[in-house]
Amino acid sequence: MECVFGLVGNGFAIVVADSSAVHSILVHKSNEDKIMLLDSHKLIAASGEPGDRVQFTEYIQKNVALYQFRNGIPLTTAAAANFTRGELATALRKNPYSVNILLAGYDKETGPELYYIDYIATLHKLEKGAFGYGSYFSLSMMDRHYHSGMSVEEAIDLVDKCIMEIRSRLVVAPPNFVIKIVDKDGAREYAWRESVKDTPIPSA
Amino acid sequence: MSIFEYNGSALVAMVGKNCFAIASDRRLGVQLQTIATDFQRISKIHDKLFIGLSGLATDAQTLYQRLVFRHKLYQLREERDMKPETFASLVSALLYEKRFGPYFCQPVIAGLGDEDKPFICTMDAIGAKELAKDFVVAGTASESLYGACESMFKLDMEPEELFETISQALLSSVDRDCLSGWGGHVYLV
Repeated sequence: MECVFGLVGNGFAIVVADSSAVHSILVHKSNEDKIMLLDSHKLIAASGEPGDRVQFTEYIQKNVALYQFRNGIPLTTAAAANFTRGELATALRKNPYSVNILLAGYDKETGPELYYIDYIATLHKLEKGAFGYGSYFSLSMMDRHYHSGMSVEEAIDLVDKCIMEIRSRLVVAPPNFVIKIVDKDGAREYAWRESVKDTPIPSA
Repeated sequence: MSIFEYNGSALVAMVGKNCFAIASDRRLGVQLQTIATDFQRISKIHDKLFIGLSGLATDAQTLYQRLVFRHKLYQLREERDMKPETFASLVSALLYEKRFGPYFCQPVIAGLGDEDKPFICTMDAIGAKELAKDFVVAGTASESLYGACESMFKLDMEPEELFETISQALLSSVDRDCLSGWGGHVYLV
């Protein structure tokens, strides 16, 4: 029931992911951050098997950092997406990762980009994409309301519409979502949309 | 559902008078859901050689990368472009290498050989070449495409007429297939 979706706007890209960590019928936690900062201007939103998700995205993050150390310049979004696809494709016939990825990034030369990478390593550049059961609702909402060159306010409005739709129409809808944005100023967390607050962990 | 029908595809190539046309649909799906309507299935190997890969999109992308690599190496060594017949043999060999763990792709190759003689061929997922003198088809809509092409094809069509014929054959066939469609890309050389 993991929901991940994202879209490209005017000079920025937004990705949204649910934040439930679920094991069978039990919800372990509802504030799990499934969107990782790949580097200063890239976000990787992943859904799938929890172990694979964390392991694979951390592996990609460290390799992207290694490239920057070795070569002195960061990878472009397209290069990072193709690298990620390559790793998934190589592992596919040996030890496949069950992780679906939406990679959003901002390059000075090409602007904001969003890449859809399937768990079987299908790569496609998109303006709007989604994974999971929530995709049936979020893709339809985005098909109706999306237009290219949206402002941040319009995009967040659309994101909220999608979240409302998922919450009201998906049978085991995740209660909380995290929204992250990437633009010329970098990748950062934009907001949380919480309807269930986890009890804070008491400090020792 | 078969693995070949996971993403949905439709490919057709036709021979004309000293020209060829290769066309594909634009849908990328995940079973019943459409993910994108601008997916490129046909790629250029060199100015007079195009390959379209139907079937599983991930294998189509991997296979395309391997083929471009092999062709670039060939260009460096031989200082010329590969002939279509040679390229078809290369694709066939690469596919048969994975005989017991195949790429789930059906390639359609179209090119102009010596003296601009058009060449088209298709093969199955393990590299069995099928040469044809008129048209070849592949993908989930292949049965419809066979019918449409058989009735619309004429020998020695000029480029403009060939473009019309291949477009109409493609569009009418994908309209009867739910897994392919959303327009078409046509390359005419």
